[in-house]
Amino acid sequence: MNETMTMAAASAAPTQRAAGARRAQLPILALVCAVTALLPLVMQDVYLQNVLILTLMYAALSQSWNILAGYCGQISLGHALYFGVGAYAASFLFAGYGITPWLGLLVGAVLSAGLALVLGYVCFGLKGHYFAIATMVIAEIGLLLVHNSELFGAALGIHWPLGADSWSSMQFARTKLPYIYLALALFVLTWLATYAIEGSRWGFWWRAIKDDPEAAESLGVEVFRSKMAAAAVSAFFTAAGGAFYAAYVAYVDPESVMSFRFSLLFALPAVLGGIGTLWGPAVGALILIPITELTRSYVGGSGSGLDLIIYGGLIMIVALVKPEGLLSLVRPGGAKA
Amino acid sequence: MAGTFILEARGVTRQFGGLVANKNITMHVRQGEILALIGPNGAGKSTLFNLIAGAFPPSSGKLLFEGKAVADLSATQRCRLGIARTFQVPRSFDSMNVIENVMVGSFVRHTGTQAARRAAWRTLEYVGLADRAEAPTTELTPPEKRRLEMARALATEPKLLLLDEVMAGLTPSEAQKGIQLVRSIRDRGITVVMVEHVMEIVMPLVDRAVVLHFGEVLAEGHPKDVVRDDKVITAYLGERHRAA
Ligand SMILES: Nc1ncnc2c1ncn2[C@@H]1O[C@H](COP(=O)(O)OP(=O)(O)OP(=O)(O)O)[C@@H](O)[C@H]1O
Ligand SMILES: [Mg+2]
Repeated sequence: MNETMTMAAASAAPTQRAAGARRAQLPILALVCAVTALLPLVMQDVYLQNVLILTLMYAALSQSWNILAGYCGQISLGHALYFGVGAYAASFLFAGYGITPWLGLLVGAVLSAGLALVLGYVCFGLKGHYFAIATMVIAEIGLLLVHNSELFGAALGIHWPLGADSWSSMQFARTKLPYIYLALALFVLTWLATYAIEGSRWGFWWRAIKDDPEAAESLGVEVFRSKMAAAAVSAFFTAAGGAFYAAYVAYVDPESVMSFRFSLLFALPAVLGGIGTLWGPAVGALILIPITELTRSYVGGSGSGLDLIIYGGLIMIVALVKPEGLLSLVRPGGAKA
Repeated sequence: MAGTFILEARGVTRQFGGLVANKNITMHVRQGEILALIGPNGAGKSTLFNLIAGAFPPSSGKLLFEGKAVADLSATQRCRLGIARTFQVPRSFDSMNVIENVMVGSFVRHTGTQAARRAAWRTLEYVGLADRAEAPTTELTPPEKRRLEMARALATEPKLLLLDEVMAGLTPSEAQKGIQLVRSIRDRGITVVMVEHVMEIVMPLVDRAVVLHFGEVLAEGHPKDVVRDDKVITAYLGERHRAA
């Protein structure tokens, strides 16, 4: 009797400690939300508010990419495809049929998750670099298909009809404030989903697959199913981000939502901040997106390719100096490693 | 009495290109025994483990686990059925700490995280690695890494456990603890097949030994008889006995 109680106490200790360390992340999220929600009250400059919206959006999108690439180890360079599916679904349904972008967002996200399952079925047999290249090629094919599709406006894309500001149409011409809160909500939802999965069996399976798929398999991990689940969740949130972006700019065309640049922009913040971590994508986006926007306004347009050169340079620096990302500098465990 | 065989290999062959790593192997493992799989380097011991655990399929032949054909099942499915293995070269999940590594194993039997963590903790206590539960795997010593391999495999609650040279590089007193651990695993009702080069460990511990040589079964029987077998002495123990 006494012995069983000691056993129970001993085995409860590490369980509670681990759960406590995880739950300590939630107040940090609350703090980030509070600061972000109050920021626009003091930061009324429209240009800066735009930077804030994009930063939150890319933090969410990079978190979505991180789910598949960072946690499950399947490096995708084609997430622009899912972004495009979300953006086009919302635009097509709203401009063509007056269907609220909220429903469009959901339709796009579900379609995108389904598409990810189909593509995953085909691509998850491929190893390492071949998988990354395949995702890139498939996304380019998707871009070409949309480019040649009259139904989706071909190269001209789809313009959102003008109308009164309203939450139901997700259109706000006079203030950016609602978009800030929408982008924040997108980020928080993506973060919470990642947080929940990270602590679950899926999260453990994903990381095991990333570290050593053969060992994972020997321990009963459902490798294929895990990858499929990660791909679907990742694509779902990426498409939600795409729908939000379409509503924000009120316009989509193939290049503006499906170009390879987006695939890079989803990967980079996570790589910069710390791949496979809860906060890596947000930290990376906080650094990268303001820099990107500033260079864009000083050097002009994104057509120059200068931003791509900057991204490429950043990836190389991170890979050479700190492959675990910037977050590992402040982590007690990570700094040593 | 055929029902007491937990595992049977019937004419199992595995080729790597032109190399025949396992050649027409027919052998069995009895329920509840400790079986040693011995043989010189490159004899095909780890290959046979890989075939039993499902890391890759045999080129031909049959594998029966509890009377059921398993050669076509994935490693994942075989783990669910109750086959667990360690790797000769430890393959820890390095983005996780020790207890998280073990949890990956316990998730096979426990869906919830709390339950998996508790089971993993009990397993770590059992193998004597609980004091390293929160350590990153990169900080483990080589013997600790092998112990982690065992803990992970045990956490899947197997019926058959395949141990590939888990005692390599242990000091004599550590090896004694290892021997006790393997005995206690067997006493829990888990059948053990172990690859082990050190005869001082094999002789007192195992019930039976199977000797592989150039991918074929050379001899099989009580360890005392096996080491007296002329073929075995020439193939494997020859140099050692002559040197001694
Ligand atoms: N995946 C593989 N691909 C090609 N050849 C392999 C592979 N695995 C094993 N072999 C070859 O098969 C033969 C048997 O190897 P195996 O690892 O099974 O031997 P072993 O008995 O475990 O040896 P050791 O005692 O050194 O661990 C060796 O010649 C090895 O080179
Ligand atoms: Mg071997």
